[in-house]
Amino acid sequence: MSTDQVDYTEKVMDHYENPRNVGLVENANGVGVVGNPTCGDVMKLSIRVEDNHIVDVKFKTFGCGAAIATSSMVTEMVKGKTLEEALAISNKAVAEALGGLPRIKMHCSVLAEDALKAAIDDYLEKQKNQPDQ
Amino acid sequence: MKPIYMDHHATTPLDPAVLQQIMPYLTNHFGNPSSTTHEYGRQARRAVDRAREQVAAFIGAQNSDEIVFTSGATEADNLALKGIALHPSRGKGHLLTLATEHKAILDTVEKLKKQGFSVDFIRIDRDGWMDLDHLQELIRSDTLLISVQAANSEIGTLQPIAEIGKIARERGVPFHTDAVQALGRVPIDVVRDSVDLLSISAHKMYGPKGVGALYVRKGVRLASQIDGGGHERGMRSGTLNVAGIVGLGAACEMAAAEMPAESERLRILRDYLIERIENELDYTTLNGHRVERLPNNANFSFAFVEGESLLLACRDVALSSGSACTSASLQSSYVLKAIGIADSLAHCSIRFGLGKSNTREHVDFVVDLLKKHVVRLREMSPLYEMAKEGIDIDQFNWGEHSHDEH
Ligand code: FES
Repeated sequence: MSTDQVDYTEKVMDHYENPRNVGLVENANGVGVVGNPTCGDVMKLSIRVEDNHIVDVKFKTFGCGAAIATSSMVTEMVKGKTLEEALAISNKAVAEALGGLPRIKMHCSVLAEDALKAAIDDYLEKQKNQPDQ
Repeated sequence: MKPIYMDHHATTPLDPAVLQQIMPYLTNHFGNPSSTTHEYGRQARRAVDRAREQVAAFIGAQNSDEIVFTSGATEADNLALKGIALHPSRGKGHLLTLATEHKAILDTVEKLKKQGFSVDFIRIDRDGWMDLDHLQELIRSDTLLISVQAANSEIGTLQPIAEIGKIARERGVPFHTDAVQALGRVPIDVVRDSVDLLSISAHKMYGPKGVGALYVRKGVRLASQIDGGGHERGMRSGTLNVAGIVGLGAACEMAAAEMPAESERLRILRDYLIERIENELDYTTLNGHRVERLPNNANFSFAFVEGESLLLACRDVALSSGSACTSASLQSSYVLKAIGIADSLAHCSIRFGLGKSNTREHVDFVVDLLKKHVVRLREMSPLYEMAKEGIDIDQFNWGEHSHDEH
């Protein structure tokens, strides 16, 4: 969902000004760090998975207001979800949950989706090598 | 509350005194200055003549008919470059300029290059300061023009205009300068500085938008770019924008009167801004030349904090950034790139453009605001975390990393 407006919605501003779940999960068992090839921004997402559920999630983002807001929103959306449910969340769904993003800022929401996938991949990779008891 | 305006390189507000002088020419005095058969036209002609003298006096031109009015500095730049290059007396020669010029210059030389002209860029250092020796080396027998800006709009770096003029004159090459940012801020004199062509814009010095001028020294021959009626000594046809021209003249006269005191006031304010930022925040870099710099400009990179998000946090002040995220093309500033600033730092750059309305309280306000948000945004920046762990972020290829993964 994108619009031609240049202004951010109230929801974007809210998540930008009061971002939820900033930081690093202390006992994280999945971490994803991705860069945004479009403009060079960076997001780091850490998750704690237990019984196939994301029980904790935190982010750090270097990027524009939209990148920070989508990062914050994605952490809210995945908390408590199963890995399968979390993987089904698209960048479009994140943008929609924020009431839309300016068209030129849609690529920023891809960063959040990629970081989430990278964190889950990292978790699954670690499980393969060293099953978490 | 309206944000505090601190983006005076982009544009300046129209001064009420200038507006007052313009108003009659938007209302009762509507004559066409070419219609000299009656008083309506003659009245407009007198107003244009007076403005021409005001502009000429401001830049030290000896003759007011060396001023050609245009729609702004972009048109003046186009007329200077294409006018020289495409004049029938000249062949497809060589042009010299800087990689940090305004797009009106860069896009024009790019186009001329496609038409068979050759272009060289004079070397600049990390402060954006050009290398005079390199200019000497680059001049060839077929060099048609040297075009070097008087001051850069992003990093504020001034160029040694008088030295360039001297070299150009000695070597017999016409010299053009886009002086849009410098006029009204640092003294420029086309005779003293041996300038042949100079671009002016009204709206950068508290005049109206949509009007500018090109100074064309007597004897410099230009091919007109807009034909039809032979206005402006055949160099720029089209009915004159009388109100705009009156505004440009008034703005020049005002700038000449106010410049010495106002530039000094701005320099003190700007130095205070730089001092506070450098003393009170770590990981900051001043972009551009520390001394040879516009008195109203500062440009800082606040490492690990992306510019668009910082501007959003500081939206009570109108500023601009060289970050990729603030540009429609998602490219970071070409000026910062040209002086060798890494993308990661260009991303964090903020430009401050002070002007008449700004006070010491404004500077304190913006620095306090920046401090608060730079600290907050660094706390949520993965790059800050990595820097603290000793990882060199410039060695880390984010783009490719992401592509490999997916
Ligand atoms: S992160 Fe660069 S534009 Fe949004």
